[in-house]
Amino acid sequence: MRLALLLFAALAAAPFLGFGAGHQLTLLAHGMILGIAALGLWLLVGGAGLVSLGHAAMLGIGAYAVVALDDLRITEAAVVVPVALLAAGLFALATGAVALRTTGVNFIMITLAFGQMAFFAAGSLALYGGDDGYTLYGRTTLAGGRWLADRLVFHFVCLGLLGLAFLVIHMLLAARFGRVLRAARENQSRTEALGFDPYPYRLLAYVVAGVLAGLAGVLLANSNEFVAPSYLAWQRSGDLLFMVILGGLAGPEGAILGALALVLAEEWLAMLTPHWRLILGPLIVLAALFLPRGLIGIRRHD
Amino acid sequence: MTDPVLRLEGLRKAYGGLLVTDAVSLDVRAGEIHALIGPNGAGKTTLIGQVAGTLRPDAGRVLLDGRDITGLAVARRARLGLVRSFQMIAVLPGFTVLENVALAVQAKHGSSFRLFRPVARESGLNRAAMVALDQVGLAARATARAGTLAHGEKRQLELAIALAQSPRLLLLDEPLAGTGTEEAERLVGLLGALKGGPAVLLVEHDMDAVFALADRITVLALGRVIASGPPAAIRADPAVRAAYLGEAADAC
Repeated sequence: MRLALLLFAALAAAPFLGFGAGHQLTLLAHGMILGIAALGLWLLVGGAGLVSLGHAAMLGIGAYAVVALDDLRITEAAVVVPVALLAAGLFALATGAVALRTTGVNFIMITLAFGQMAFFAAGSLALYGGDDGYTLYGRTTLAGGRWLADRLVFHFVCLGLLGLAFLVIHMLLAARFGRVLRAARENQSRTEALGFDPYPYRLLAYVVAGVLAGLAGVLLANSNEFVAPSYLAWQRSGDLLFMVILGGLAGPEGAILGALALVLAEEWLAMLTPHWRLILGPLIVLAALFLPRGLIGIRRHD
Repeated sequence: MTDPVLRLEGLRKAYGGLLVTDAVSLDVRAGEIHALIGPNGAGKTTLIGQVAGTLRPDAGRVLLDGRDITGLAVARRARLGLVRSFQMIAVLPGFTVLENVALAVQAKHGSSFRLFRPVARESGLNRAAMVALDQVGLAARATARAGTLAHGEKRQLELAIALAQSPRLLLLDEPLAGTGTEEAERLVGLLGALKGGPAVLLVEHDMDAVFALADRITVLALGRVIASGPPAAIRADPAVRAAYLGEAADAC
């Protein structure tokens, strides 16, 4: 919790401490946006013990909701945001209802399959540019105002929503609901013997994670002013999963830390050399080997 | 006379040609501890599975408070008050001792689809959990992680979890398994204190414990009930001596 407060304070102060340039704010916004999606995924992986490899699908659906409405010249947030969250949530409900009949490796494979289905569907949307993607006419507006075009305002909108997402995950986890979710992760047969069927709890967690990914999709579309099928690609699902694991499963703040660390590390390495992926790969291996409890596990040597 | 809490009627279960439960009938009355014993391979585990709901009998019925529960799943039986402890320890290692028990209380009290209220501060759940922990003498360890408990303490925690579900029938599957002499003595004391509470069906290998605790004993051999009655009668029964106690004596 103290780490989370520290992260939020640093993000709030960053624009005034030498990170106020346009490209720096864009970078931080990307970190926070992916942090929102990673928080949802953390609820599944760290909270419920379910590893999903199709999480980018819900992020992409949120982004394509912005596209579809933009194509109709509807940019008002009061319409765009609910539509995007509903679309992502419904996709999560339908696919989660099937995927959660399984656990473990089978669950990973089914979520991956649904993710790839959504990816290829997005590529076939000729109306929205197909594989080439779609450039937005304009960013989402708030009560008719083009507030989100201002980088500083956008920075704090992202930060506020990241904080809200963190709070929601934190509260869900500490409530009766979260206790059943965690119990089913630790020992499913014991939890069933107490009279709990884990399925509805896991399904609700999956939908919450989907809605958060949808929200991240809306923000990412706004940040880039461009949406392409690559938003839904399984590589992005893999990135999100890596953020969650890099950050650490001991607490939801790990997802935020992991997202910021990966986004910033990629950027920093890309500045050093065009072959930055050759360096990032081994770094990921080292992190997996030497940080089994993630970045938030470093300071906890109890 | 009132209905027994648990009644097994003519249970039969076969694996291929091997009859492992052969026309087993018994009942457990309110407030009594009824022990089920028998040599290895007598079919105790199979019978327990049919009572708990993990196995379906080929024939016969299982009745809880006069209600036929033969076809019900484990979670349904648990909600009706048929509560079991596990032969292998099955506490939640990452949860605190208190949270392990509070989860069991939560299963009985209200919806668990409460999404935002912090459950750790639900004093009703915690109070009921502390009562159960007190009953098994584990209240002092309430804040410890269950994974860090000693083996005997985990057995006590299993018992507290079972009690916290306010069972009608408590199915204790070898509650002393793996415990040392001292731990076993303490657990026998705790189980004895349950007398007059929930009806208990006890499966246990420790004969001293069985004869100290049980109001009645049913002896199983080769899937069949060969004797049933108060401990003194069982001890004197020649068929039991032949099938079971004799074998135990040989093993020593």
